[in-house]
Amino acid sequence: MGLRNFFDRIEPQFTKGGRYERLFPVYEMVESFLYTPKTVTTAAPHARSYVDMKRIMTYVVIATIPAILMGLYNTGLQVNTAFEALGPSGWRAAVIDFFGIGFNAANPAANMLHGLLYFLPIYITTLVVGGVWEVLFATVRRHEVNEGFLVTSMLYALILPPNVPLWQVALGISFGVVIGKEVFGGTGKNFLNPALTGRAFLYFAYPAQMSGETIWTPVDGFSGATALAVSAADGFQNLSAYGITWMDAFVGTVQGSIGETSTIAITIGLAFLLITKIANWRLVVGCLAGMIAFSTLLNLIGSDTNPMFAMPWYWHLVVGGYAFGLAFMVTEPVSASHTNLGRYIYGALIGFMVVMIRVVNPAFPEGMMLAILFGNVFAPLIDYFVVQANIRRRAKRNV
Amino acid sequence: MAQTYRKLLVDPLVDNNPITVQVLGICSALAVTSSLKVAMVMTIAVILVTAFSSFFISILRNHIPNSIRIIVQMVIIASLVILVEQVLKAFAYEISKTLSVFVGLIITNCIVMGRAEAFAMSNPPVASFIDGVGNGVGYGLLLLLVGFIRELFGAGSLFGLTILETVNNGGWYVPNGMLLLPPSAFFVIGLLIWAFRTWKPDQAEAREYKIQIAEGH
Repeated sequence: MGLRNFFDRIEPQFTKGGRYERLFPVYEMVESFLYTPKTVTTAAPHARSYVDMKRIMTYVVIATIPAILMGLYNTGLQVNTAFEALGPSGWRAAVIDFFGIGFNAANPAANMLHGLLYFLPIYITTLVVGGVWEVLFATVRRHEVNEGFLVTSMLYALILPPNVPLWQVALGISFGVVIGKEVFGGTGKNFLNPALTGRAFLYFAYPAQMSGETIWTPVDGFSGATALAVSAADGFQNLSAYGITWMDAFVGTVQGSIGETSTIAITIGLAFLLITKIANWRLVVGCLAGMIAFSTLLNLIGSDTNPMFAMPWYWHLVVGGYAFGLAFMVTEPVSASHTNLGRYIYGALIGFMVVMIRVVNPAFPEGMMLAILFGNVFAPLIDYFVVQANIRRRAKRNV
Repeated sequence: MAQTYRKLLVDPLVDNNPITVQVLGICSALAVTSSLKVAMVMTIAVILVTAFSSFFISILRNHIPNSIRIIVQMVIIASLVILVEQVLKAFAYEISKTLSVFVGLIITNCIVMGRAEAFAMSNPPVASFIDGVGNGVGYGLLLLLVGFIRELFGAGSLFGLTILETVNNGGWYVPNGMLLLPPSAFFVIGLLIWAFRTWKPDQAEAREYKIQIAEGH
């Protein structure tokens, strides 16, 4: 237990009166990341549970692993496929040449490595820049740095396109952490999802790098639209003309943000979250029901000019960010509704809004990000009405 | 008296700024700050209207019946705003088109009404005039600051002159499109208020609630 001894030895330096008192949050972050916190609550009430914030956050990160792996594979696959037609370019090609692995799109390992070379710079930038803000606020405001940031940074990195410039990554996570979370008091008080706040900032600030046809596969001269953009322009019936089948979109070998393409990998992560009861199933049911009901309604209404009206629910499920948002963002406990009835309503509202934005609004092909942020803003109001209704019901009982 | 005049003029600049402390006049601050030139014209218009409306209302203050005072104030303010609007249309047509309804909406600007009600109705004309100038300048300062940030980072220019060469023109700067959208002024003003209150902590309001922190961590 050399490490434990080391922590015990240096701890007095960071506690009150110690030399580095102001840096206590940093010490606490490292120590509680490695060990269970020693301190216990002294004031009543005492709720006993094995599920603490550390476990919740760690489980969410674990749940993203399938999506990360498929994301790495798909990013590499898309790039390597494009290389076959256009020839290798960029510094990543030089790195791969150096190791002599090659650009064979049929070789999963080569694809994974290539994808990793895109994902890692984004993820490291997110961790470093976001981490600096976290520690800064923790030090000034005297609160703790917790594992919540690991979740935010992982989700944020997964919903970016592979070709995003790193300085934009840094700006976006700064906005997400500061405006989405810290100004409201930090983890647990954020009514917006910080990762999505950062993504939305980039979406509106730098639309050229956040949407379009050239950003999803970062090869010079290559252009390929996402399945959702194709559906909006040409109708989902014509997706096969672009070489996209439902199975492709389900498995995730299509254009899109790094982690959002593979519905099957995301479903595995979601199943893990539901089994471990980290994610509340009511949110998922609500969001699925809202999406299925409203898209079916639009199918029945139909439209001659807008092909999106005819898109059935099982296509909505696999294209764009719907699955990723459903699994990791709708289920985020802090920004969702907190009452059980409210959870159904909140989920349904997002499911309804996502179809609404995708189908009816011509300006934004993708609706999940905006739908979730919209839902986040309404969550407290939904809770308020649910609680008020309960109060009225019980007051009537005892006249 | 000179000391008081100075205080009337200087106080609204930072310590009692209409936007950051009283949070008035936000709507126009969102709409007219996407470029510095427009913000500048708006600033001048608001300074003139606030100063002269306070001045005239103060002259008439002992003759205005209390029950219809708002109507009388509105007549004076509206006349001045129409004057400003006509001058702008005559001499700066392009800018008046950009400002569109927002010049006319100075009539309903809470700062003008606020100064008329709170100060001019109970103070002599010269003091009211200076108070109006001070508040107009305080409003304008923030408008210009927000306009500076939004135009510089949103379009890479100041007063229409290129400062940061944008990518579209062969330069290096990628403009931040969000800063040209009105909602971004909310973020900028919010961050400025945050900065001001960190600099001068006594500007912060008392909390309306207390967050209970459980013992231990």
